[in-house]
Amino acid sequence: MPSERHLILKNIRKPGYSTDIECYLRHGGYQALRKALALQPVAQPDGTAIGPKEQIRREVEISGLRGRGGAGFSCGMKWSLVDRKSGKPIYLVCNADESEPGTFKDRQIIHRDPHQLIEGMIIACYANDVHLAFIYIRGEFIEGARILERALEEARAAGFLGRNILGTGYDLDIYIHRGAGAYICGEETGLIESLEGKRPYPRIKPPYFPAVLGLYQCPTIVNNVETLCAVKHIVDMGGAEYARLGTPDNTGTRLVCISGHVKRPGCYEIEVGKVTFRDLIFDEAFGGGLHDARQLKAIIPGGVSAKVFRAGEKVRVTKRAADGKMFETEMDVLDLPYDFTSVSAAGSMSGSGAIIVLDDSADMVEVLANISEFFAHESCGQCTPCREGSLWMAKILRRLAKGNGQPADLALLLSVADQIPGGRTICAFGEACSWPVQSLLVKFGDEFRAKVQATADKRPDRAFAEVQ
Amino acid sequence: MKQSQQSNDPLASPPGMISVTVDGRTVLVPRTMPDWQGRQVPTTMLQACELAGVTVPHYCYHPKLPVAGNCRMCLVEYGVPALGPDRKPVRQPDGSLVIKKSPRPAIACATPVSPGMEIYTSTPTVKLMRQSVLEFLLINHPLDCPICDQAGECKLQEYSVEYGRASSRFAETKVHKNKQIDLGPRIMLDQERCILCSRCIRFTRDVVGDDALGIINRGSYSAIAAYPGTTFDNNYTLNTADICPVGALTSKDFRFQMRVWFLKETMSLCASCGTGCNIVIGSRENCIYRFTPRQNDAVNSCWMCDYGRLNYRWIERTDRLTRPGGSKLTSPDWEDAINGIAAALKKAVPGHIAIVASARLTNEELYLVRRLAQFLGAPTDCVPRSGPADNLLLCADRNPNTKGAQLLGIAASPPGVNLPVFARLIRNGTIRSLLVFGEDVTRHGITADDLARLDFLAASDIHTNGTTAVSHYFLPGCAHVEKRGSFTNVHGRIQRFEKAVDPPGLARPELHWLRELVCRVTGQSMGGTVESVFEAMRAEVPAFRNIAWADLGDHGVATHG
Repeated sequence: MPSERHLILKNIRKPGYSTDIECYLRHGGYQALRKALALQPVAQPDGTAIGPKEQIRREVEISGLRGRGGAGFSCGMKWSLVDRKSGKPIYLVCNADESEPGTFKDRQIIHRDPHQLIEGMIIACYANDVHLAFIYIRGEFIEGARILERALEEARAAGFLGRNILGTGYDLDIYIHRGAGAYICGEETGLIESLEGKRPYPRIKPPYFPAVLGLYQCPTIVNNVETLCAVKHIVDMGGAEYARLGTPDNTGTRLVCISGHVKRPGCYEIEVGKVTFRDLIFDEAFGGGLHDARQLKAIIPGGVSAKVFRAGEKVRVTKRAADGKMFETEMDVLDLPYDFTSVSAAGSMSGSGAIIVLDDSADMVEVLANISEFFAHESCGQCTPCREGSLWMAKILRRLAKGNGQPADLALLLSVADQIPGGRTICAFGEACSWPVQSLLVKFGDEFRAKVQATADKRPDRAFAEVQ
Repeated sequence: MKQSQQSNDPLASPPGMISVTVDGRTVLVPRTMPDWQGRQVPTTMLQACELAGVTVPHYCYHPKLPVAGNCRMCLVEYGVPALGPDRKPVRQPDGSLVIKKSPRPAIACATPVSPGMEIYTSTPTVKLMRQSVLEFLLINHPLDCPICDQAGECKLQEYSVEYGRASSRFAETKVHKNKQIDLGPRIMLDQERCILCSRCIRFTRDVVGDDALGIINRGSYSAIAAYPGTTFDNNYTLNTADICPVGALTSKDFRFQMRVWFLKETMSLCASCGTGCNIVIGSRENCIYRFTPRQNDAVNSCWMCDYGRLNYRWIERTDRLTRPGGSKLTSPDWEDAINGIAAALKKAVPGHIAIVASARLTNEELYLVRRLAQFLGAPTDCVPRSGPADNLLLCADRNPNTKGAQLLGIAASPPGVNLPVFARLIRNGTIRSLLVFGEDVTRHGITADDLARLDFLAASDIHTNGTTAVSHYFLPGCAHVEKRGSFTNVHGRIQRFEKAVDPPGLARPELHWLRELVCRVTGQSMGGTVESVFEAMRAEVPAFRNIAWADLGDHGVATHG
């Protein structure tokens, strides 16, 4: 029986659990921090010693934790890339700019268990010699910012933040920075620019890799809210133990946001790769199935920028057999395990963990027009293909949705979408705005063709013009 | 790529060099090259391509501005030597490197080259990317070239020829923005034409140090704007019209005045201060339409100040001196004037004659003044001019050739210190004759009453002035745009300039009649061209020794002063 596996949501789901620090402490809060700060250097056979900070970083590396923000990049690897010899301060920024449509997991943590995030952050900061950290929270999370402010004050008063934390000599402060309502601030270099008080224009890489030239041109770590919470649990249970959760390469637990046409939309915590789309959509422990008399039509597996799956679609994935050998197999998309590797092998991504379920009541032209309008509205406008292409696609799609499309529009749309992603833009927004167009047009092409054909039938003059 | 010889191994370049291949041609490029501030930083693909003779199209990149990487026009494909499991480069049986092509393109303006890198700038993929960027830039562009001042020097037009589509695929309503924004006293902004390359923002912020411009709104609705409640008004605003690759920023002074392809371009210098910014004069049918900066990294980089750029309208003033005159000249005849002055000078007694010559005259002209002064035994000086300097180009010395006047011994030390002495010596009767070239001494301490005491006064200038009005002889001179010559800037760099327009009426370049005067008075002979006077000057004046006219080239050389 598929079921949730609560690590991050463990306390949140308990009745009467509140955001107060007393409540958090009653539930074992800040024990992981105490454990981290109490670590002693471990002597090595060669006479050297591994310091406590490096021990934590190793545990995170051993845990196999992959970033929960969207890209699924190894957290241990990200930390290992930090330039620790520059002589400049190292900053850590918690990315709480949760904006990917369909994603509402970080908000759960912030609203219901802010101290879990703060504890994870303090540990991550300690492990990386950070003395100043920021929580960049999206502008719309007004209540979330208020809750975090209060939690930070509580943590300061309790000696978990500020000077000489718990008498160890370690200093750290955390500040909250509220965004002004732009999706692009979730892109880490755009976030850094915004934090510096500028327009959130993502930076070009090279040379501005945050690990070397981040906030104020200093080495900077940007981690997602959920990732930082996971760090707390890794210290708590040990990296190896954490890695036993989930599947190899996709370790630990993960929050999944299920929305759309299911009976029980919500935020669920799963062992990564241990449940399938079928479980997540149909099982009573998760989505609980579609509404009565509805058929599954599409799954957007990782926020709206992820490429769509069509119901009944067969996907080819490479799997590891019991003997360790890799083999390729074909399966129904519903049988695909929900993890970074499988979804990506199937041609999409698990992104921010947002699964949007669409049943047969959805008009896919309308769906894509809606998604494209979002991206046209959120394109920062810095680089040409995304700035102009995102709005162009949105305008074509709005015209199609209104019934003013022509058959040639579909090829045009696809050719526009093809010229935005793949390194043509500064940041991954180029991919984000074009992948939905590319995938919906291909996988639901019949629906788009029917729509423009209906238009042509209604307006023979235009159809005639098209033939000409 | 063919690299069968190990000695030609791209990974074994001389120290400080990197071997890269651009479109199949292997070139050695320096490991580092100057960035926009002149600091040595790793050489970029774009720089390497330039060295290989391949131009990569671009909009936002400018060699003198921080890299933005936003236009995406310079995207290229590339590959780097493949590494084996031992982290060593994989080689073909013939020893050449196996190149692993990157799946993603890179912007040439910001991506450093690495040893053995291969850059592909003309593959179908690269061409398609350029076509797409151009198409994206044009879909919301107003395409109002017929009324756009940039037409003829517009990067959108130029690249459209190479990468544009004949017809638009864009069937939607364009984004409309404000086409007439009065950004500041000298700049107009058309937001619809703007391609948001951010050159103007970066120049104003990073070169001028004025954080005046920014972008408002987002996505395709983004637009350049001045900070709310402020106007775009520093001394360098017009450079933004130069570096704007399209017609978004236009000079209020130049807009709608002349099609750029009609302009004759003349290599010249700005004469409004001692910096000596290199410029191009745009003129047509003897009328000047604009000054634009000409790159000279030793002087002004790619910039010039608004003050100097707009300081040309006076050339067309109606009170120009257009013919010789004076109380002793009966007809406006050059021959009579030179003869009259020469005759008077031959009678002048050393110790009783003085010369004031403008530091706006050229080195060659001042050299002729020097010859005259030496022969006549006349003390000389210049009229100093100063104004507030800024931290970029405008210098406090508002004469273009004070340094030249100093090197030639015309200017006193400090310049102008002799003027009150001359006034006193005129008043006590010691100085009986005075020559004034290109100045109005009545505005600099020698009064009209003083001048009336003189036995002989000859003057020249461009406009009628208080001195020419009371002269026995006056001669019409030329603005520097009306003649050839050289100036020595405040840092001792000698630079030449060419003639853009003809002087009005009978006015002649000072060099011509000064030479006649020198020959007539001294009895010496001398060639009449700028070059021959320059030759004579460098033979005589140590600061110009070993500098030939041809050495000055387009960017000048340092004098030995």
